[in-house]
Amino acid sequence: MNVITDALCPFCGCLCDDITVVVEDNKIIEAKHACMLGSAKILGHCRLGGNNIETHHTIKEPMTRVDKNSNFKEVSYDEAINEAAEILAKSKRPLLYGWASASCEVHKKGLLLAEELGAIIDNTASVCHGPTGLATHEKGSPSATLGQIKNRADVIVFWGCNPVQAHPRHMGRYSSFARGFFSEKGRKGRKIIVLDVRKTDTAKMADEYVEIQQGSDYLVISALRAILSGHADVVPASVGGVLKDQLVKVVETLKTAKFGAIFFGMGLTQSKSRYKNIDNAVSLTFDLNSFTKFVITPMRGHYNVTGFNQVCTWETGFTTAVDFSRGLPYYNPGETAANDVLNRNEVDAAMVIAADAAAHFPANSVRRLAKMPLVQIDPHWSATTEIANVVIPTAICGIEVEGTAYRMDGVSLRLRKMIEPTHLTDEEVLERITQRVKELRGE
Amino acid sequence: MTLKVTLITGRTISQGVNLENKTSSDYMEATASCELNTKDIELLGKPKYVKIRTEYGDVVVKLKENSSNPSGIAFIPMGPWANAVVDPDTKGCGMPGFKGIPAEIDATENKVLLLKELMARYKQ
Repeated sequence: MNVITDALCPFCGCLCDDITVVVEDNKIIEAKHACMLGSAKILGHCRLGGNNIETHHTIKEPMTRVDKNSNFKEVSYDEAINEAAEILAKSKRPLLYGWASASCEVHKKGLLLAEELGAIIDNTASVCHGPTGLATHEKGSPSATLGQIKNRADVIVFWGCNPVQAHPRHMGRYSSFARGFFSEKGRKGRKIIVLDVRKTDTAKMADEYVEIQQGSDYLVISALRAILSGHADVVPASVGGVLKDQLVKVVETLKTAKFGAIFFGMGLTQSKSRYKNIDNAVSLTFDLNSFTKFVITPMRGHYNVTGFNQVCTWETGFTTAVDFSRGLPYYNPGETAANDVLNRNEVDAAMVIAADAAAHFPANSVRRLAKMPLVQIDPHWSATTEIANVVIPTAICGIEVEGTAYRMDGVSLRLRKMIEPTHLTDEEVLERITQRVKELRGE
Repeated sequence: MTLKVTLITGRTISQGVNLENKTSSDYMEATASCELNTKDIELLGKPKYVKIRTEYGDVVVKLKENSSNPSGIAFIPMGPWANAVVDPDTKGCGMPGFKGIPAEIDATENKVLLLKELMARYKQ
């Protein structure tokens, strides 16, 4: 029996680093401290996992098919890699999408392949916190590490996010309930404000719940800023479904914080006004810093969606949605993001890796992916598998392969290898595809 | 009757638990559903299944009660069933419209498509 302590959970952006994993005969039999999401990932979804073995549909062998309506044929890695390389090398406008459930080492290999192909490369931030990146370009990111927030914050705002369901250990480890150096009272020493369009489980635990009419976040942020700057007189009796009295009360709580932290989710990034909501929320954070210390942090979803944005930025200068077709990195979300190019029917082949585009893109985009040559690289059978031509299973990052990942606050941490892999790693597969693409192009 | 709603999609813990377990009935149970409050469910006549129609498509899902939803707000967990009806327009910033979509909901006797059947629609 092997006990691995301080292992990272490779599920959500909390990237909890206190997991104790018990391994017996190369099978994980226990994942102590992991939440429901982490347990499902570490135990249930592991090919060689413990109690839930065989309940999850992992891909055993590489598979190919020409006709998407026919059954897959199991092939060797060499055959699948060759076929994937041929599809990508022949393409005039390839899209390489996904990357959220993979390490930074995989991202680096992916960017090299994108450059070689002259492809568009985009990650899942595109349908998650992509607008947060755009807002950061406009206004910056007055943020802090989760450690600072845990140790100092006495007022915490959750806006359009629901950590009880999406980041189950966030409130216990970093925010609402966490006890820290200057926050030894934990929850009793904090005020929690939740703003959302429905009373979520997170909202039910708040001191103050503000119910916003769907799509009115920008208006409510603007009203808070007006009140904060001493212009409450211009604010109408009700804004975005919220009474002015409640907005005044919220501003008073924010102003009198010793250290405040705003966490936000897809309630802001995906609603009407998209990145302008976050732009305005960052401005609210700046405004609050005239009175006290305030920070703002996105609740990133997958465990290493942030990592791709880091690697992509240091390699290309841009966070995601990078188009290499000009020979140089070009970036313009709205034009070069995955759903932009799929909507315009520009892409003629795609590779989806470490994500499930067919499950998480709108029908229009899935329809396009279903009608073009499609390569999938992933350990798990997903919606994308159903519309793929070439499927290459790989070892599971953070369980079977070590590597680097970035937490939601931009802190890098090291993923541990818990068990020995039974499949090639993403890195090996990408290296071999890139090599084969070069050969096919006579380089 | 036809219920006019604003549709939002988003994460739930059951959806997350089954995120890498897409071919299972657990995933379908977690994501092929629409949450309305009691009042809205009564307006529809308390059906077991509903058909949701938007400008972008239609989908049949199971109806679930969530009394935390305000009237006129329908919630579908993120996933292939929700995405059959969301707005593909990225509004100049790369992000499709996953929240705030005008939708119409009716009771239905039709069955919920399996993931494989749903994906097969896109291959035609």
